[in-house]
Amino acid sequence: MPPISRGFQGRRRTDVDPARIPPGQYLTPDFPVLSAGPTPRTPPDAWTFSIDGAIDEPRRWTWAELLALPQETVTVDIHCVTKWSKLDTEWTGVSLDTLLDGVETAAEHVVAWSDGGYTTNLPLEDVTGGRAWIAHTYDGEPLAPEHGGPARLLVPHLYFWKSAKWVRGITLSVEDRPGFWEGYGYHNHGDPWREQRYWSD
Amino acid sequence: MAGAAVLERLTPRVPVTWRVATVRAVVDETPTARTLVLDVPGWPGHVAGQHVDVRLTAEDGYQAQRSYSIASGPEDPGLAITVQVVPGGEVSPYLAGEARPGDELELRGPIGGFFAWRVADGGPLLLVGGGSGLAPLMAMLRHRRAQASTVEARLLASVRGPADALYRAELDALGPREGLRVAWTYTRERPAGWTGFTGRVDAGMLAAVAPPPEAAPRCFVCGPTPFVETVADLLVRAGHDPRAVHAERFGPTGS
Repeated sequence: MPPISRGFQGRRRTDVDPARIPPGQYLTPDFPVLSAGPTPRTPPDAWTFSIDGAIDEPRRWTWAELLALPQETVTVDIHCVTKWSKLDTEWTGVSLDTLLDGVETAAEHVVAWSDGGYTTNLPLEDVTGGRAWIAHTYDGEPLAPEHGGPARLLVPHLYFWKSAKWVRGITLSVEDRPGFWEGYGYHNHGDPWREQRYWSD
Repeated sequence: MAGAAVLERLTPRVPVTWRVATVRAVVDETPTARTLVLDVPGWPGHVAGQHVDVRLTAEDGYQAQRSYSIASGPEDPGLAITVQVVPGGEVSPYLAGEARPGDELELRGPIGGFFAWRVADGGPLLLVGGGSGLAPLMAMLRHRRAQASTVEARLLASVRGPADALYRAELDALGPREGLRVAWTYTRERPAGWTGFTGRVDAGMLAAVAPPPEAAPRCFVCGPTPFVETVADLLVRAGHDPRAVHAERFGPTGS
């Protein structure tokens, strides 16, 4: 039994379905920024997105080519491991299913990599099946640099550090290798509904 | 950012489990910030710059969690967090107002490891803190002092006014000596007779305080998001290696 913190009342939300808030999270109307270093600023005309690693013919798209692909707009809830959750966020981008269409690979894992050196690892099955996007538009506007623009990975069913900001590519990999925060003790998978914050959770 | 210390990072760690912490002492730092010194039986130790998760439980079982930087050095007795009241907040008004010695809460950690510094990592060090963002930087300076380190260290502390100057007396006693220099800038209200920096951190202030980029300082910037965005951009523009700029942001984006 956890100890009672004497005099702590807390503030229970009555205006939101509690089933939408994962354990240990609280709602914020803001959009906090969590990044480990300075914000990289890559102009779209110097931006490309690559799929490499365990793939016979690596793929690469320019900014214009990405925008020419079928676009999807999704409204999703997002959950940051630092405890904030934000409901009904609207993003536009290209589904990873579109980018991976027709790829044959023995890989079961991917590592997303970004400008500035950030990386994060995910099971391939977590970024396919309509669950992940390369998002360039937030709430109808170009994604701001501090939130990962020009484009970030969007994997809303996992803690948001998996949704790599400033993403430039994914590497398909047979072996699972920890990314940046995973190497610092954060959970390898990061499912907010199972409260997988740290490696021992 | 890709770590050279990958092998060290991947060595086995102590599980990040909840522990019962007891408030040993409270220290009023400013009118809106308070330090809680906690006894945490079984605490595995930390590196300066890391943070903890705090969990509070109400009588009906309702719980709330938040993260706080550790303000104490690894060598200090007791684990200290400095809590700034967030207006309208759920947890900070309790910790910074209601909690008193003997009260219990839960805590787990240490968490993080990128925004962290050990004396063995070397220097020079550039620390830039805004408001309660001074807390993890103070942990680094306390660690440096406890280790009797003479690593070159520069702290630029940005606060609104004299009443908001966290740790001021302790910092005054620490420097200037043994390679440590502390500079304050007051953004709204300055002390009487103040001849130092005023206003928000800008390129000139950083150039005056920071070791030059050629000295390759390890930079740690902590504060509200707009503050950290500005300072990190200024450091990169001044020629500092982006990979050497460690950032810890909190609060809303302000936009």
